[in-house]
Amino acid sequence: MKPKMMTSVAVGAILASGLATAAAAEDLTLCWAAWDPANALVELSKDFEAQSGHNMSFEFVPWPSFADRMLNELNSGGQLCDLMIGDSQWIGGGAENGHYIKLNDFFDANGISMDDFIPATVTGYSEWPKGTPNYYALPAFGDVVGWSYRRDWFERPELQAEFMDTYGYALDVPASLDQLKDIATFFQGREIDGTTVYGVSLYTERGSEGITMGATNALYNFGFEYENPAQPYDLEGFVNSPGAVAGLEYYKELYDVGAPPGSSNWYMGENIDAYRSGQVAMSMGFAFVWPGVHADTNVGGDKSGYFANPPGPAGQFAQLGGQGISVVSYSENQEAALEYIQWFAQPKVQARWWEMGGYSALNAVVDDPSFVGSQPYAQAFLDSMAIVKDFWAEPAYADLLIAAQERLHGFAIAGEGSAQDALDGLVRDWTEVFEDEGKL
Amino acid sequence: MTTSPIHRAAQSTPDGVARKIRGLSDRAIAWIFVAPTIFLLLAVNIFPLIWTIRLSFTNFRVNRPNNDVEWVGLRNYKRILSDPDIWNTMQATAHFLLWTIALQVLIGFFLAFLINKKFKGNDLWTTIIVFPMMLSPAVVGNFWTFLYQPQIGLFNYVVAFFTGADPASFSMIGDVHLAPWAIIIADTWMWTPFVMLICLAGLRSIPDSIYEAAECDRASKWRQFWTITIPMALPFLMLAVLFRGIENFKMFDLVVQLTGGGPGNTTTLTSIDLKREAFEKWRTGYSSAYAVILFVTVFGLASIYVKALNKVKER
Repeated sequence: MKPKMMTSVAVGAILASGLATAAAAEDLTLCWAAWDPANALVELSKDFEAQSGHNMSFEFVPWPSFADRMLNELNSGGQLCDLMIGDSQWIGGGAENGHYIKLNDFFDANGISMDDFIPATVTGYSEWPKGTPNYYALPAFGDVVGWSYRRDWFERPELQAEFMDTYGYALDVPASLDQLKDIATFFQGREIDGTTVYGVSLYTERGSEGITMGATNALYNFGFEYENPAQPYDLEGFVNSPGAVAGLEYYKELYDVGAPPGSSNWYMGENIDAYRSGQVAMSMGFAFVWPGVHADTNVGGDKSGYFANPPGPAGQFAQLGGQGISVVSYSENQEAALEYIQWFAQPKVQARWWEMGGYSALNAVVDDPSFVGSQPYAQAFLDSMAIVKDFWAEPAYADLLIAAQERLHGFAIAGEGSAQDALDGLVRDWTEVFEDEGKL
Repeated sequence: MTTSPIHRAAQSTPDGVARKIRGLSDRAIAWIFVAPTIFLLLAVNIFPLIWTIRLSFTNFRVNRPNNDVEWVGLRNYKRILSDPDIWNTMQATAHFLLWTIALQVLIGFFLAFLINKKFKGNDLWTTIIVFPMMLSPAVVGNFWTFLYQPQIGLFNYVVAFFTGADPASFSMIGDVHLAPWAIIIADTWMWTPFVMLICLAGLRSIPDSIYEAAECDRASKWRQFWTITIPMALPFLMLAVLFRGIENFKMFDLVVQLTGGGPGNTTTLTSIDLKREAFEKWRTGYSSAYAVILFVTVFGLASIYVKALNKVKER
């Protein structure tokens, strides 16, 4: 029997047995990255344990090794994880390789509608193939790249006056990527309260996905496209369009003029450390860091503000982060795992998830009139989620990502060749991957 | 009556077993004793090697268990050997190998030469010097990442102290020209003590009588160094080069921790590249071919080197 058919039969059997009447207590293991939201989920899940009688265990792996560890687990058919909050780019591989069970029947049977979730998160975290109503995950944690900035520095009259004299407009939240670069340049190497500070901390990490998650925020807004919208996998002239080249040149320039010395291999941890320690005026970061920034004694409260990725010449977009929660097809506790998803999808649980620092993707939560005022970063989150784009989610996403990491880092950080060379090389690399995949 | 342990063991052997063993030749008994080791070697080393060679001729991907596995002949080998990026990683590896070995042998031998002199606190200094090699490479990588930090790193401040440059004006791990040296310095700091210990063993194996004879012949210290110390310590030096060469060809953890292979691909060594192909891109067939090429390279170079080493020892 084919794995997909077996999965369907298994799901059918589970549904037939009646989820609500499941009585046996199971030991469920949920796998995710080791970060602040995971700790919040542990707390949240205590309610599920109390209600269901199941015991929850958690396997959290630090981000740099998260993909290695968990994809190994899935590829080897391991039974460690019953529930997987996997990265958005894994959805294609999870679906096509039979790692995740398809959830459509389960959603239908339990009144869970994908229309109730932010559309971008459904496309990004749940659907495969993209744009089709085939769901392999429930949107679990909405996330997107945005910016934190030192509002207390921006509001200093002497800095505002100097900035106005230099650039001819007010020092405020940047209205464009060009303004963001001006502000980064302005703060670079400046003495503030006796300390040398820098303009901006950027994602530049080489080993996993860092620079791709960072540079795409410039690339998209200058005109980069993953493929010809009219012809899938047609890359030439889209990945390496003049706009895309300008975007990559912009990112390199931003790094050169505004990033702290030694920040050539920074990702989430290093970026936020630099910001929280008062080294930088602005910090690129996934929205998940904002609750921590807000609570920080050094830079939190009114000292910081948050804004969505500013627009560029070709529009305003931001790199999607976040994850969906899936049931692992190798799990022996699929019934209990589905119970967890059913519980997690409830509006009251999602509302509590947001209160605890988890970014709910449920419309009922984010559309609530009180949402925007609930946290100082709520508006920036909503603004950002409205402009998201995501990296490839193909089964071969890892090959595509590694090529992007090499090419983007090679130019933007190492200064090898030109932006045109880097993106032409990326077209060649990606074309080879799609040829190997039989898609070209 | 004899009551040696061997006889006691023989007496306690059950008769049935004893009869069977008595019927076996010495050669057969020897095989019985070595068989478990041979079996383990076959299972752990030889079988995976043969399996890897077989996979290297296929398009197998371990993350696509449902896909058909096709025999692709030499395609993987051709692609690897014609890929300029792989040749760049080979160059980066060669640069790393040559400089780390050269520096470690020079400094290691110099330290061994000093430690070999009798002086107060000799043991304490030896312990202090060998301390870095007791650390985990991942810890050393992390530790040097901080040392290389332009704003707070001690390394930059030391360089700035001697050169007058601004410490924040250069980044050892962020600069494409400096990063290869950053990993060479960290590896040299960590593994020079190992070379020193091997050299020290070599120096201490030289009998004092040879130096005494040279003194009688009025040979200068310089002459003694070049005609006694170096030739007699040479096999040990060559052994150190062999060990460090093989180890550094496989270098992974320290460099990943320090630079992640960057900036760009500047410090992407073959082992890092291979790991990406095998366990990030999951191109199992392709990475098997890559591993076979590296294995043949290391095995071939090591074999030639061991022959040279044996010739030196025979002199």
